[in-house]
Amino acid sequence: MIRLFSVRLLQAILVMVAVTAIAFVMFRFVGDPVASMVREGATQAEKDAVRVALGLDKPVAMQFANFVGQVLTGDLGTSYRYQQPVTTLLLSRLPATLELVIVATVLALSLGIPLGVLCALKPNAFLSRLTQSATLVGISMPTFVTGLLLILIFAVNLRWLPSSGRGDLVDIGLWETGFLSLSGLKSLILPSITLALFQLTLIMRLVRSEMIDVLSSDYIRFAFARGLPRPYIYGRLALRNALMPVVTVTGLQIGQLIAFAIVTETVFQWPGMGLLFTNAVGYPDVPVLAAYLLFVGFLFVMINMIVDILYTFIDPRLRTR
Amino acid sequence: MTDTTRPVLDIRNLRVEYPLANGNTLVAVKDIDLMIRPGEIHALVGESGAGKTTVGNALMGLLQAPGKIAAGSIVIAGKEINLRTGRTEGIVPGRDVGAIFQDPMTSLNPLFTVESQLCEGMLTHLKLSSREAKARALDLMKAVGIPEPERRLGSYPHQLSGGQRQRVVIATALACNPQLIVADEPTTALDVSVQAQILKLIRDLADERGVGVLLVTHNMGVVAEIADRVTIMQNGAVVESGSTREVLTAPKAPYARTLIGAVPPIDVRLERLPVPSEETQVALDARASVRRKNAKSETGNRDDMVLSVRDLAVEYGARSLFRKASVFKAVKGVSFDVRRGEIFGLVGESGCGKTTVANTIAGLVTQSGGSINFQGTALGGRREKSVRQSLQMVFQDPYSALNPRLRINAAIAEPILFYKLASSADEARQDAKTLLEAVGLPADAGTRFAHAFSGGQRQRIAIARALGPRPSLLICDEPTSALDVSVQAQLLNLLKDLRDLAGLSMLFISHDLAVIRQMCDRVAVMKAGEIVELADTETLFTAPKHEYTRELLRLAPSVERILGRELASA
Repeated sequence: MIRLFSVRLLQAILVMVAVTAIAFVMFRFVGDPVASMVREGATQAEKDAVRVALGLDKPVAMQFANFVGQVLTGDLGTSYRYQQPVTTLLLSRLPATLELVIVATVLALSLGIPLGVLCALKPNAFLSRLTQSATLVGISMPTFVTGLLLILIFAVNLRWLPSSGRGDLVDIGLWETGFLSLSGLKSLILPSITLALFQLTLIMRLVRSEMIDVLSSDYIRFAFARGLPRPYIYGRLALRNALMPVVTVTGLQIGQLIAFAIVTETVFQWPGMGLLFTNAVGYPDVPVLAAYLLFVGFLFVMINMIVDILYTFIDPRLRTR
Repeated sequence: MTDTTRPVLDIRNLRVEYPLANGNTLVAVKDIDLMIRPGEIHALVGESGAGKTTVGNALMGLLQAPGKIAAGSIVIAGKEINLRTGRTEGIVPGRDVGAIFQDPMTSLNPLFTVESQLCEGMLTHLKLSSREAKARALDLMKAVGIPEPERRLGSYPHQLSGGQRQRVVIATALACNPQLIVADEPTTALDVSVQAQILKLIRDLADERGVGVLLVTHNMGVVAEIADRVTIMQNGAVVESGSTREVLTAPKAPYARTLIGAVPPIDVRLERLPVPSEETQVALDARASVRRKNAKSETGNRDDMVLSVRDLAVEYGARSLFRKASVFKAVKGVSFDVRRGEIFGLVGESGCGKTTVANTIAGLVTQSGGSINFQGTALGGRREKSVRQSLQMVFQDPYSALNPRLRINAAIAEPILFYKLASSADEARQDAKTLLEAVGLPADAGTRFAHAFSGGQRQRIAIARALGPRPSLLICDEPTSALDVSVQAQLLNLLKDLRDLAGLSMLFISHDLAVIRQMCDRVAVMKAGEIVELADTETLFTAPKHEYTRELLRLAPSVERILGRELASA
């Protein structure tokens, strides 16, 4: 098991080195950093001074080594647009996105798994049919349409919920949370539903098909032949086997959501990472884009590692290998 | 085992029906009677579709949803099944009936420990405390003879061997002290040596604990080995029932005679297995025509080597960037020859490497050492088209060997056209028709799809397809192990006829010694990737030299040997 972890860790490091290299190339070749930092009409001497100050006169390998060193110490450069360290910028936006994604994921899992099980066990029940067709609509509709529809109904017409922003935030040290104020919670509802819908459908359908597979397996027939109670068979013996692929998909989906909740964040003007990224693309704010690339790479590598580790806890067959 | 004790199972006029979509009813079990006394092992025998598994499922409460018990009564240990609902609600499965399934690899849940799977039934039915259940689980593990029972309780199923898993399954069946156990093909998935141990265990449990066992099986050798009584079923009805010796040695019903006659004997070689033959003139003509077409490929005389394998080695193992390759040597230094017109047998238990040898010769796996010489050409990873054409293969599972979306004609004509053995598609189709006739299928079979055929018919089609490219060597990997005995007998006869009539050489792979004896001229016994003994078939069976061969022969369940021994000792 330790060997498994160390191999995975080594692979993760390799991936991160590759991602860092791409981010580095981006810094060097997307636009001229010197041109964007010196004043209009600067002399060649001034430019050269900036070039030396930035270390751009050194060999490429050295520059890359420096870049890696900076990344490792958490220095991701300064945003052209906000003139703030990118690290601070990312950290200030991270809570918004994380809170949104966590709520959406919890929503998707807590509804998706039971609905999937229901659809597998009672395919002809009214609720199953309703779920099946409703989620089909959910998965076919683009996120911005769902978001706008929800805003139209609940924010514009009914005026129950806010249509944009995070509401009142409570600062708990490093973190500004929306969980602790009523307006913060209310602000979370619409965007998290929008974000959860696609994920919910995915999980529901996955659980359903896996559950159908598992229920026809010999060990479940054997459990019935031993007269074990149905809730026990469905809820424990079968579901645990059916949830294996859900772990992978949920992991990747969380990564997707954190990295690319762009559409939802734009629709709801949610001050998260997605909005930061969209704005950076338009500007173009190269340090933010490069940092974002690094962040997304890191995120997926971490999530994949966590999923792999979780797998070995769920599936004993992976432990001995 | 006295007759005065109350029967553990008493089935009267049991009728199981499946309503069909068109409003008709399929009667899967037709008014059968069956009684099992404590300590008695009662075998329920029949071919696929006979309804034997349906009887077992009715007892275990596992009838599939539309199926229901339509009439009759089932009394298990004095308790009667509630027939009003058509389901076995009067009796709790697990508590009153223990179940043993066919495949121990799939009947245990991979995510839970042995202990948890053993205990859950006791916690549910006997209301034991978790500590009591654990103590009892340990006793059960000891009773079924698992080594290191304390440690094994904490194991997961994948950490146990097939035989150990089946022991765990038996332990769970016994957990709540049921008086009846339904064992559905309990040893079919196991090797002979493990099969012998499991059968002995079941026999001992019946004798010591007085458990009645309903043994659902298709294997007459297993029946002879442990059953006290036998019931033979055909199309849902009982055709014959009685003590094992009576039924197996002097069957009265014609079907029972056919069924028992179709079992290949291990102690004597027969010219043909006694089954109703389908040797029509059409089939014979078609075979003669196949032979004429093959004529040009058999120029050499009979003693020529078609295939020479020398020091063949095959290794499996992922080479990794980070650590040294962990290599599994599946085949180690195997050497043998196949002569022209000969059927050469490879026999051994699962994992011995026999299928790997076949796959390597067929080019599906690349050897890591040694040489394969086929009709004078050394075979490597990349092969000439003519070589691939002359080497054809028949696989074990006829259900997955045929493309479900191709008509049979197209499936057979495809290789003929590919190797340009026919000048036009019409000619290829004509060839396909002849081949279908040669394997004993009606000529119009070609217009249908694979799903329209039974397992035996599909295997005939697979053979016809393999014969299409006019091979000089046919590799048959367990060609009959997925089939019923009577179908197996027909196919074995067919393969022999094809060899005689079409001048084929065959590499015949099987785990079944009786089949090997009936089919092969020479045979090699494999164990752990090596050939331990290679001899003429008759020599090998009458005077086995290697200890392992003797062991295999001793353990193989065989009707004649067991009943013959009983008769001799009586």
